[in-house]
Amino acid sequence: MTEADRKSYLLMAPGLLWLVCLMVVPCLLIFGLMFFERGTYGGIDWSIVTFENVARAFDPLYATILWDSLRIASLATIMALLIGYPAAYAISKAPEKAQTALLFLAILPFWTNYLIRTYAWIVLLNPAGLVNTALASVGLGPWPLLYNEFAVVLGLTYNYTPFVILAIFAALQRLDPSYAEASRDLGATAMTTFWRITLPLTAPGVAAGAVFVFVLSIGNFITPDLLGGGKLQMAGNLIYDQFLTARDWPFGATLSAILIGVMLVLLFIQALFSRRALGEQS
Amino acid sequence: MRISSLVRGIAAAAMLAVSATAALADKIVVSNWDGYMPKDIAEKFKAATGIDLEVSVHATNEEIMGKVTASGGEGYDVLFVSSPFAEALNKMGLLAPVDPTKIPNLKNLYPEATQLKHDPGNAFSVPYTWGTTGLCYRSDVVKEAPDSWADLLTPAEDVKGKTTMLATDRWLMAPAFLLAGKSVNSTDQADLDAARDQLVATKKTLLAYDDTTFYSKLVSGEASLVEAWDGWCNYGIAEKPEIKYVIPKEGSDLWVDTMVITKAAKNPEGAAKFIDFIMSADNGKWMVENIMYKSPNKAAMEAIDPAMLTQYPNMAIAPADLLKFEQLRDLGDGMKAFSKTVSEIMAAK
Repeated sequence: MTEADRKSYLLMAPGLLWLVCLMVVPCLLIFGLMFFERGTYGGIDWSIVTFENVARAFDPLYATILWDSLRIASLATIMALLIGYPAAYAISKAPEKAQTALLFLAILPFWTNYLIRTYAWIVLLNPAGLVNTALASVGLGPWPLLYNEFAVVLGLTYNYTPFVILAIFAALQRLDPSYAEASRDLGATAMTTFWRITLPLTAPGVAAGAVFVFVLSIGNFITPDLLGGGKLQMAGNLIYDQFLTARDWPFGATLSAILIGVMLVLLFIQALFSRRALGEQS
Repeated sequence: MRISSLVRGIAAAAMLAVSATAALADKIVVSNWDGYMPKDIAEKFKAATGIDLEVSVHATNEEIMGKVTASGGEGYDVLFVSSPFAEALNKMGLLAPVDPTKIPNLKNLYPEATQLKHDPGNAFSVPYTWGTTGLCYRSDVVKEAPDSWADLLTPAEDVKGKTTMLATDRWLMAPAFLLAGKSVNSTDQADLDAARDQLVATKKTLLAYDDTTFYSKLVSGEASLVEAWDGWCNYGIAEKPEIKYVIPKEGSDLWVDTMVITKAAKNPEGAAKFIDFIMSADNGKWMVENIMYKSPNKAAMEAIDPAMLTQYPNMAIAPADLLKFEQLRDLGDGMKAFSKTVSEIMAAK
């Protein structure tokens, strides 16, 4: 081990320790809990080893909830990308001084508490709310904007789009403008340049942003509760209920493990994407 | 010289340890829902007893159950929990018996409040508030005043899409059980399935499930008819007198929030003193006037402004009438089937 190696391990140690204690160990605990029986009043009955929880997670009832969560999280991800990419692109093309201000504006909502931002949507969208009042004044509506899937997707998209903007902006920043210039010089249209040069080279940023939105959305339980009016059950709500209401920790752990599995697969795909893009660039 | 300084050191350390335990013994930790006690309760309690009071808050019964089962009750002296949870904690052996000689203010309880089914004779819990679950509605908006759980579960055309139900599992299921004439504590699979079918059909007519803001939905006009705890309906009535509360003809559950002392309590004497303090007529009166829940504390109910009973008619329900309703009980192992049914309702489209 060289001196430099030693130094880098030393510098990594606090971060690694953090990861192992607060990430790896809890994940292993979750995987371990899956195979035990629930205690009547919560906790775990360590005396019984069982695969029943795993089998139960694939019961059509829970599979439907997982599937719905995948669908809603995917919708939110697509919406966030459709809004986030043009925004990031515009910011990257803005004069340098304006860029700082624009990025600042993009993350400004994070200065307000998540719950308050979510409640603000209730004020806007409820049947007697601002949007429907405005619609009524021009003879439209009332439209059912709240307590449905639309409101949940909207809430998730709204909350997580800034992550997409930041991730894609970072990718666009790293992109050497001479690639696009060369493409234009060689006669490609602006559209072709975007589809063939800019988008593929910023794919790692897109993937990173998409994984952010997807992973945060699928585990979210506050937005479905508030904007979905509790009528929509997502995986996050189901897990919350298992741990807190049903006092069924092993089944909650099983569902968590499935979610962790889904996320790992996604992160793996994202890593593949960035490696391929890096390989092409060098 | 060296030895004597060592001895002195040990003596000093021992004294520190003694004073530390003394300080510990003069403090109690209480966990309660936020806003369920006077804000200055710690100062008042310290002034009355010289004991420091640390208040921690929990948002739900389930949250404090999780904390207490994980720690065996360590770190808390007194907990405020609803009666089924008090019952479960007791079955787990986590509660200390209530010693009536140390809580003289127990005499303030209505006789009915000492005969509650979850704990007859107040062996391990002292009731703090009690009430019913019923229908809270806008009398100026609904065409016909509701009087049955059917008015909520199969709503008339004019209130369809303008009703909410409580989301907490036990109260989500209760209206279906009550309408079908079943026990609110049933875990019989046929009863669960019937309740599920009813509630899945009802779900399509709901504005939302709502445990916390249903009364403001009534005030704003978003909703016209909601399932509500009587005390919470009073918050709506306070803002809009057209809001009314009714117990459906099929009945209600009787809910009771209680105070319990943990077996792991570091300061059981202080815990008993705290419960005694809460049971005083004055503190009970504060609770009724500010939280607008009924109290099982007779002295407190007699101390409040009688005008409250006219403004909020559900405050005047007699204890004997409350006891006609079935209490929610701990379901034990039946919880698993019960929870699955709730998940089925929640996942239904």
